[in-house]
Amino acid sequence: MDSLLQEHALSLLSGDEAVAMAACDAEVKLGTGYPGTPSTEILETFATLGGKAQWSPNEKVALEVAIGIAFAGARALVTMKHVGLNVAADALFTAAYTRLDGALVVVSADDPGMASSQNEQDNRRYAQAAGVPMLEPSDSQEAYEFTLRAIEISERWHVPVLLRMTTRVCHSKTVVRRGTITIPKPRPAHFAHDFSSRVMIPAYARPAHLRLRKTLAEIAAWNDETGPNELIAGSSSLGIVTSGVAFQYVREVAPEASVLKLGMTYPLPVERMRAFAESVDLCVVIEEGDPYLVEGARTAGIAVEGKPEMYRFGELNSSRVRRILNDDTSPEPKPVPGKPPALCPGCPHRSVYTALKNLDCIVAGDIGCYSLGVLPPFEAMDTLVCMGAAIGVGLGLRHSLPPEEAKRVVSVIGDSTFVHSGITGLVEMVYNPPAGGHVLLILDNGTTAMTGMQEHPGTGRTLAHVKTGRVVFEDLARSLGVRNVHTIDPSQDPLKFQALIQECLDTPELSVVIARRDCLLAARSIREYERCNEQQTD
Amino acid sequence: MSSKPTNVVIAGLGGQGVLKASDILADVAFSAGLDVKKSELHGMSQRGGSVSSDVRFGERVFSPMVPEGEANFLLVLAPDQVAVNAAALAAGGILIDPSRIDELSLPNKKSINVALLGALSRHLQFSVEAWTAALRRNLPEKLLEANLLSFSIGQAVEPEK
Repeated sequence: MDSLLQEHALSLLSGDEAVAMAACDAEVKLGTGYPGTPSTEILETFATLGGKAQWSPNEKVALEVAIGIAFAGARALVTMKHVGLNVAADALFTAAYTRLDGALVVVSADDPGMASSQNEQDNRRYAQAAGVPMLEPSDSQEAYEFTLRAIEISERWHVPVLLRMTTRVCHSKTVVRRGTITIPKPRPAHFAHDFSSRVMIPAYARPAHLRLRKTLAEIAAWNDETGPNELIAGSSSLGIVTSGVAFQYVREVAPEASVLKLGMTYPLPVERMRAFAESVDLCVVIEEGDPYLVEGARTAGIAVEGKPEMYRFGELNSSRVRRILNDDTSPEPKPVPGKPPALCPGCPHRSVYTALKNLDCIVAGDIGCYSLGVLPPFEAMDTLVCMGAAIGVGLGLRHSLPPEEAKRVVSVIGDSTFVHSGITGLVEMVYNPPAGGHVLLILDNGTTAMTGMQEHPGTGRTLAHVKTGRVVFEDLARSLGVRNVHTIDPSQDPLKFQALIQECLDTPELSVVIARRDCLLAARSIREYERCNEQQTD
Repeated sequence: MSSKPTNVVIAGLGGQGVLKASDILADVAFSAGLDVKKSELHGMSQRGGSVSSDVRFGERVFSPMVPEGEANFLLVLAPDQVAVNAAALAAGGILIDPSRIDELSLPNKKSINVALLGALSRHLQFSVEAWTAALRRNLPEKLLEANLLSFSIGQAVEPEK
């Protein structure tokens, strides 16, 4: 990593690192995002390489900041995992209507197979739904090149570009040659009024939508002519259309086939696909996840074979691609189950779940390490939907359950998740309190542990661990009108912690309990950051 | 047609140094001028659960993951993870597990990952100098000496036929 920026032309990089290297080479003004596997390392690497990167409270804010950067004529990179784009979608759809002066590259890191996610949505659908051009790298070299191309496309057509990656592209290391593509230097940031292009009131949004469709038609023509798609000539009996990491599996198991590898998968190079399909006896689409390319081809009247429905679920790999090509739908061998992840020995979340189990609570849970509270030995989390849902779902349960059950409901959310999208839930709790009150338990372990110890606004340190403004949960809860606000270390005296939760459950008022103790794995680093920051202030 | 890549799967439990070992191996192969791909999963898997990492190297590598049943070498850091990963191994592939090494002879138990790399090195073409350089690039200075010793202890283990 340290040698990344040296003059060696070749390095072995993960896809995430390669995106960061491209962002450096393109002089991206600012990288924004919210940590999420498998995207997290992009901004961390960008910062290590000397770029300016920051964590936002959530993906929507990260994208909004990035839109502002692109309105100023500069280059912005915004990173998130697939489900993060749901949060940012509101901004994305209308940003597509606006006219950007600089570049806006949105990285969506999808997680087919759900190695570390709550669903396996295929975000290629977003490109089509929002009308945003999309590039899909298949290895780190392309992650590097496509990031640069995305910036170029964004600046040429004044639109956001989606760089859609997947877990295996983000986290696999492959050889990268730097400097294979050069793009113009960024222009200096500037501002010029352009009301009709950036103020999306209906009167301006209507022509903006027409403009967007016209732009997409131009990009489609360009993609057909000179887009980043690759034809590998082979047998005329079998042709395979593919994109992303699936391309690698195709080359592994069907080296004899003709292959059309699509780099830009929205708008699709339909005429190129048609010509390819007509040049072979049988044209098969090999893609991970949804039948996105299949549907695109068939809508255009191109005859292609897709994969059997069973291969829509989970990741692809060489064996599965071989099975698809052999039209093999026999049951797949089940992998030997490995050891499941578990809360670390001594983790402060352990005493929390022990107490909640002892009190027979109904727990509306959320996303983070503490999601592991659902597994044995605790089995003390009853719901998990999306970031921040603990509070809303908990309130819904309180509103509808009979009083005896309702009073056992607790919403449990981590510190970073609370900042991400729990604050509006807390506002809802104050605004529409259940008759029997409610208990919100914020598990503050001082870091975004799940994704690898990233900072967040509640830690009061930036992405680079430097002191900055801090959101104080206690002050926030009180300022919103919650009277019972408690802070407690759940591990120091587990029985005292349990008694406090019992006390809160027994009152018909609203309570916020902040269970605060640093994550075991992060505690040492946190102390070190604090020491450095104190020295700097002295 | 290019020759087939060498496939290595390294497996163990979160915190055992599986990813570090695969980084070192990938680095050695990369430094030898080979095409290299290395694959692994981050995130949830770090919490003490099963972890595995695939390293492939050769003239040209496509899939970053070792295709099932095609691993030439399977390095397993935790004895209870052998069965979990056994399907990765090719017919005639070589299993390298901790039973091959006297843990008490290691400067510390944590360096078992590097000791197993030492055992693996007997089967590969890379020079001791290349391994040493890769260890140097991938480990902090204060851990280097213990790991170099562990590597040589692993290297001294007679390879199985």
